[in-house]
Amino acid sequence: MENLAALTEEALKLVDSADDLAALDKVRVEYLGKKGQISAQAKMLGKLSAEERPAAGAKINQAKQQVQARIEEVKNRLERAAIEAKLAEQTIDVTLPGRARETGGLHPVTRTLDRIAEIFAQVGYEVAEGPEIEDDQHNFEALNIPAHHPARAMHDTFYVEDKHFQTSGGSYVLRTHTSPVQVRVMESSEPPIRIVCPGRVYRCDSDLTHTPMFHQIEGLVVDKNISFADLKGTVDQFLKAFFETDAPVRFRPSYFPFTEPSAEVDIGCTQCHGKGCRVCKNTGWIEIMGCGMVHPNVFKASGIDPEVYTGFAFGIGVERMAMLRYGVNDLRLFFENDVKFLQQF
Amino acid sequence: MKVSESWLREWINPEVDTQTVVDQLTMAGIEVDATEPVAGEFSGVYVGQIVRIEQHPDADKLRVCQVAGHPEGGEVQVVCGAPNARAGLKIPFATVGAKLPGDFKIKKAKLRGVESFGMLCAQTELQAGDDDDGLWELAEDAPVGTELRDYLNLNDTVIEVDITPNRGDCLSVRGLARELGVINRHPVRAVSAEPVAASIKDELPVTLSAGDACSRYLGRVIRGVDVSAPSPLWLQEKLRRSGVRSIDAVVDVTNYVLLELGQPMHAFDLEKIDGGIKVREAQQGEKLVLLDEQEVELSAGTLLIADDAKPLAMAGIMGGLASSVTSATKDIFLESAFFNPLAIAGRARGYGLHTDSSHRFERGVDYQLAREAIERATALLLDIVGGQAGPVTEAVNEHLPQIAKVELRRERIASGLDIELADSDVEDMLTRLGFAVTPTDSGWLTTAPSWRFDVSIEADLLEELARIYGYNRLPTKVPDQSMAIKPYTESRVKLSSLRRHLIARDFQEVVTYSFIDPKLAAQFEPEVDPVALQNPISADMAVMRTSLMPGLVSVLRYNLNRQQQRLRLFESGQKFVPGPSGVAQTPTLAGLIYGPLAGENWADDSRKVDFYDLKGDVESLLGVTGQASELQFQAGSHPALHPGQTATVSLAGKTIGVVGAIHPVLQGELDLPDGVFVFELELDALLDARIPAFTPLSKFPAVRRDLALLVDKDLPAESLLASIKNNAGEHLTDLKVFDLYMGKGIDPHRKSLALGLTFQHPSRTLNDDEINGFIKSVVDDVTQNFGATLR
Repeated sequence: MENLAALTEEALKLVDSADDLAALDKVRVEYLGKKGQISAQAKMLGKLSAEERPAAGAKINQAKQQVQARIEEVKNRLERAAIEAKLAEQTIDVTLPGRARETGGLHPVTRTLDRIAEIFAQVGYEVAEGPEIEDDQHNFEALNIPAHHPARAMHDTFYVEDKHFQTSGGSYVLRTHTSPVQVRVMESSEPPIRIVCPGRVYRCDSDLTHTPMFHQIEGLVVDKNISFADLKGTVDQFLKAFFETDAPVRFRPSYFPFTEPSAEVDIGCTQCHGKGCRVCKNTGWIEIMGCGMVHPNVFKASGIDPEVYTGFAFGIGVERMAMLRYGVNDLRLFFENDVKFLQQF
Repeated sequence: MKVSESWLREWINPEVDTQTVVDQLTMAGIEVDATEPVAGEFSGVYVGQIVRIEQHPDADKLRVCQVAGHPEGGEVQVVCGAPNARAGLKIPFATVGAKLPGDFKIKKAKLRGVESFGMLCAQTELQAGDDDDGLWELAEDAPVGTELRDYLNLNDTVIEVDITPNRGDCLSVRGLARELGVINRHPVRAVSAEPVAASIKDELPVTLSAGDACSRYLGRVIRGVDVSAPSPLWLQEKLRRSGVRSIDAVVDVTNYVLLELGQPMHAFDLEKIDGGIKVREAQQGEKLVLLDEQEVELSAGTLLIADDAKPLAMAGIMGGLASSVTSATKDIFLESAFFNPLAIAGRARGYGLHTDSSHRFERGVDYQLAREAIERATALLLDIVGGQAGPVTEAVNEHLPQIAKVELRRERIASGLDIELADSDVEDMLTRLGFAVTPTDSGWLTTAPSWRFDVSIEADLLEELARIYGYNRLPTKVPDQSMAIKPYTESRVKLSSLRRHLIARDFQEVVTYSFIDPKLAAQFEPEVDPVALQNPISADMAVMRTSLMPGLVSVLRYNLNRQQQRLRLFESGQKFVPGPSGVAQTPTLAGLIYGPLAGENWADDSRKVDFYDLKGDVESLLGVTGQASELQFQAGSHPALHPGQTATVSLAGKTIGVVGAIHPVLQGELDLPDGVFVFELELDALLDARIPAFTPLSKFPAVRRDLALLVDKDLPAESLLASIKNNAGEHLTDLKVFDLYMGKGIDPHRKSLALGLTFQHPSRTLNDDEINGFIKSVVDDVTQNFGATLR
């Protein structure tokens, strides 16, 4: 029994110095296996007295356990090291760019139009669309703009050769605003009406601040008891929602042939917050949209009784909204379609 | 319209500052576009007088002036190069220490050896006008030594207002004053237009024969005028501040009255008038040379002022050259008339003309104003050019405007504006605006003043009340709305979901003009005659697009020129296709791809895109709506596309568009690179969506068999696949083409297609015999019908 401690010591040393699982197993067999040196000590128990035997047996067991535990410990360490080595070998540079396909983007005008339509969709406005080549009736006459009305001069109208059109007599134009869609909807449906009409419009004008094509979104609400207060509230809430700001909104009397009363709407400058800057021409206000109560003549032209129904309409220039919202400083960029510009949205 | 604040304040002078006046006008619907000082910033400039003048001893172009007017008195020597410098002349005199616009300080100087103590100024040097033709010649009675700013009242502001077409009544100083009077509850000065007594008897007979086009015409003969002297400075200054150039005293006076009262007037050279004045409609083809020296051929119906022999003027638009006042004119005939807006509206534009006069008549001039105006003009003329006035001749017919009485209901004020106004407030506001108001049971009966052509219905009155009450004081709410739920279909998707899908597949949306270059249009679709614009903005934006492809290709070119090497674009919008039943305005979705499939990256080879990439994009687009299985592609043709790489796309049997490669010829013409692929689809069909219908899942294993078939090279795979689907039995759940091979080892006229067929039974496991049976019927069919052989 004297050499049990020495054997244990020896085994532990060998365990510690094992540098792979095979070496470790060899130590285990040599000392703890059936014929192992420590196991062999048990044979000597027979030579001991009955009193000495339990204590000696316990010592041997203790020694076996000690060695076994150390073997487990080293085995774990070796296994972990093996896994780690494998992992190290499999390690990649996760900072290299991913292989996923790139993502395109919406044109800023579409992005803006969608946002406006979504804001109004929240409270039940539906989207209505109409033709871009319009007849004189829908673009002008039904909107209370008769042939020689001075207001026609406000619309630099593109006229279209009408040889391809079936009905002759009426002249055809590229719509100068989205308002004809209002008329078409009123002609074909009964109040209550709650619509927004997005789309391309055309004016024969091209310079730094005008493109011959641009976008508008028109809103129309027709019902019983719609008042100017409803218009003011709607426009005010819309602008605050769109710009995500609490900027002041003001209404100024203005003139559109198809609304009465009519108003021009200004919003407190989103750049300088009313202090005065280049964007607002130092007035602190930005002219943002036109609106008004639907003119009784427009109702009559569309077959709605103005004594029963009232309504309001508003028209928003989409490029202008996009410019203010995203800080774009040149209108013409919208239609040059430089992808470096478009990819910013 | 421009008006100076000081002129406005002659008419109404409420105790509010300039900014308040500006804000008041803007908030009353008369938008102030700009304000600017009437002159540049300067100081130390006095009314000076050249007392003596001598040639500079050493410079041909310079002269040495002795100038009076220095605030410290005495004469001051100033060297001056202006050609109009002469003794006795009164001029702006900038003394040493003066500051001129641009922070330019006047210092003592030596010019070619002669000392100069100051500077004599031109209008432009003081930013007080456009005249830079020598020194600014001040009036003979200008008080020497007075500060120029005080003398000319240059501490004044020009207010530029943008008058909406309904408010023609505000196109004058008095009109604006009237508005300010209403807002400030402040009296407006009366017009000083005491009738001028006739001192001669001369009259011209006036005949009105154009019905309601001209219902009132006033005329007056003034003899012995002297047009040689320029207008007095005060008159010139007022015109200048309104942006009107001084012409001669007579024209200046008529312009002045137009600006002051809003009545356009005209003066004829009496000598050039044969007989009397006839107000009539032109006959087709009559000719008239206008003041701007262009000869116009008149169309029938144009309102004319004529004499017994010839047209004299285009009424309310522009005078004729022959009868205009010149420096030789001795006697004049003054016109002040009411022309119906409808008789003038559109006419001027029809002749390419736009004048201050037509601008006002189109919008409506107060039909009661003509007499006041002619008296005012006469008084001014006699004062300025002298002469003797005859009596006013007035011709009136029964067509004078009748002002309709407009009803205003109390209840409509409440329901339209959401305010309860006291009756007295309503009456007060309308009365201040010049309306006559009679109470009725339900409200009021109102009569607009003669200058308010725009008020004809109740809504107009509501606007007036809202305006005067203040738009921003009016209450604010949102419409009460029903919470009722409306129908909501699942069988249509929104365009936005297709857009989002394309974006996720790396397409960038673009927006191109709907009008394109006719040449480009013809290159894409030579057979189509597109809708042309009558007045295009430029030759390359002259026809409406019949396809979205030209626009996409233009964007491609634009970006290739800017160093882009890979583009994936789409656009949605209407195209305008003429057809037998008119022009179809078809919402369309189109896309273009070019360049490597993936952006440049470290991981993969970047193969260039081909037809099948774009076809895959189109197929995936239909996947959004669950319609992909309804999609068919067949070899097709399009004039802009490669004949061997073009497919007609149909959905459930209906053609909806095309996908293909740009035709090599077009590619050459447009100088495009190889490998540009486009698709164009009708949008409407794409938005139809299939509502999913559940099929129970099979719990039993699926079996896959692969076949490699050799078929003729030009056999469309679609035909083969369709036939296999028909013959493989109902348990075929998937059919894939997983390889295509042509070339070495097989007949050069043949191709090898590798197909994967998957079979699955819903309620049991299919056994080998069954599968073999399915495969046999497939193989038999393709052998028989397509000459296929197993490879």
